Amino acid sequence: MQKSIFGFILSILGGLVLLFLLAPLVKIFLSVTPDDYFITIKDPEVTRSIGLTLWVSLASTLAFSLGAIPLAYLMARKSFPGKRLIQSIIDLPIVIPHSAAGIALLGFLSRDTTLGKLASSVGLDFIGHPLGIGVAMAYVSLPFLINAARNGFQMVPVRLEKAAKVLGASPVRVFFTISLPLAGRSVISGLVMMFARGLSEFGAIVIIAYYPMVTPIMIWERFGTFGLKYAQPVAAVFIAVCLVFFVLIRMLAKEKLDDIN
Amino acid sequence: MILIKGLKKVFKEFTLEIDELKIGQGDYVVLLGNSGSGKTVLLEIMAGLVRSDSGSIFMDGQDLNLLPIQKRPFGLVFQDQALFPHMTVAENISYAFKNRSFKAKELRSKTEDLAARMELIDLLDRTPASLSGGEKQRVALARTLAKEPACLLLDEPLSALDNKLRKEIRAVLRWLNRMGHTVLHVTHDFEEAISLATHIGVMEKGRIVQFGPAEQILREPRSFFVANFTGIRNYFKVKLVKDDLEGEVTAWTEDKVPIHLSTNKSVGHGFVIIPCESIILAKEEVNTSARNQFKGLILDISPGRYGIEVHIQADLPLVAQITKGALKRMGLKVGQVVWASFKATSVQFIRK
Repeated sequence: MQKSIFGFILSILGGLVLLFLLAPLVKIFLSVTPDDYFITIKDPEVTRSIGLTLWVSLASTLAFSLGAIPLAYLMARKSFPGKRLIQSIIDLPIVIPHSAAGIALLGFLSRDTTLGKLASSVGLDFIGHPLGIGVAMAYVSLPFLINAARNGFQMVPVRLEKAAKVLGASPVRVFFTISLPLAGRSVISGLVMMFARGLSEFGAIVIIAYYPMVTPIMIWERFGTFGLKYAQPVAAVFIAVCLVFFVLIRMLAKEKLDDIN
Repeated sequence: MILIKGLKKVFKEFTLEIDELKIGQGDYVVLLGNSGSGKTVLLEIMAGLVRSDSGSIFMDGQDLNLLPIQKRPFGLVFQDQALFPHMTVAENISYAFKNRSFKAKELRSKTEDLAARMELIDLLDRTPASLSGGEKQRVALARTLAKEPACLLLDEPLSALDNKLRKEIRAVLRWLNRMGHTVLHVTHDFEEAISLATHIGVMEKGRIVQFGPAEQILREPRSFFVANFTGIRNYFKVKLVKDDLEGEVTAWTEDKVPIHLSTNKSVGHGFVIIPCESIILAKEEVNTSARNQFKGLILDISPGRYGIEVHIQADLPLVAQITKGALKRMGLKVGQVVWASFKATSVQFIRK
């Protein structure tokens, strides 16, 4: 009897949290009329913005993963002085306000800085450019990939890597045939999280690149200029697109991992 | 020939120190020792997974210490097989082949050939998770053989298997050795060692305390540790003393207990072994031809490898081996007083 009461209390408390997560989303979808949905989807400004947000987040995730995955592997496998400090640095973007991160990035990437000048000399510009948006997205979302991949690599038994080496495999082959496939689920989960986090970024991007306008900024701008009613359709469409992409990527990742395993 | 010389590795808990270990081509060497005696570390040093502090490993005169793991001529089979769970049996076996850039057709044919030799041909498309313990061990051996190692290093290869599978894998290991493969096998199981080894090394606290042909280790254990480990009971350090009047030689233990024996040696230090099965138990003193008789108390009665072991505390701590029937017939119980006797001719003397 006691057990069932406890279970009931847990269900009620958990249910309330779920309701809290779902209710605003349901409300926003219901607040928008079919006509408004239609107009929003047909609005080239909106579709361009959603497209930009999706491809920049995807490109940024893939580009930065080239360094993030090796870093995660090092963090999982090697012991070295200052490892804790490096872990704190990796987690830093999670704890600092994203607008502050944007300001910090601006001071680092603006046209007056060495890096900014160097980029300008080869025709690249971070400020007000998709490149800057990608950098801002990556800055705030990298910890999700690095930490997930690090956990994945930590779960790969070291003796399997040793066995591969004894069988004559080079360290590179061990990484690509043993470590990475076995940590695959966590790495892909980290990539999905980084991509999703990049899509939703506002604070850092608004400082680096107001234009071209990513969708979170467009929602904010429409809300500030025209009010809630005009912001809701864009927000609803963007949430729907994010959900579809999120579910699609998860499904693809699962299929791929099922093939591996 | 493999020669390990002056190998030393210091850990917090213990130090591995191998003065010299020679493994000849085609030998089956078993290193026998308790867990923590340094057996696995020695294999890992040989394979290059752990770096030694000093010493060398030679193979036909070439110092292997400078070679990276990938280039060492050894194939290590891990205690838990360490099969790659995301690969099929075929992919596991061909892993070492792929390190040597064979063409796809040749790779397939080599993998199938090795699988056929190890009776794995029907399992090639299976994953490790779906295999039995014996099948996993066969795959681990096949995968290692694909590297064509000069010496197989086996880390407790039978420990995770039940009795039936142990017999099966022992047969495979014997066959591999007959085919000319040199094997260095570590285990804590004495029976496993004597059933496979041409040579046995007994390891204690990071050192090889005795090494030699398997029969010699059994016949002449050179320390209490080796005797205990090899299952020999009633093993005592003695000094031989010759009685000038009767000309009879007696072995005196360190506790000044005399043991009569039949030997052509007259004086000196050594050890005696009194085989458990040679000790006769009686409830009262009996007049027989046995020269050695001790009155003692039964401390324990336990099932042994070949019968019932009766542990007796007399002037000497003795272990007698009797049958279940004898135990029942005599009604022996812990705490009971018994007489233990054995003939002088049954006592084996080993010179130190």
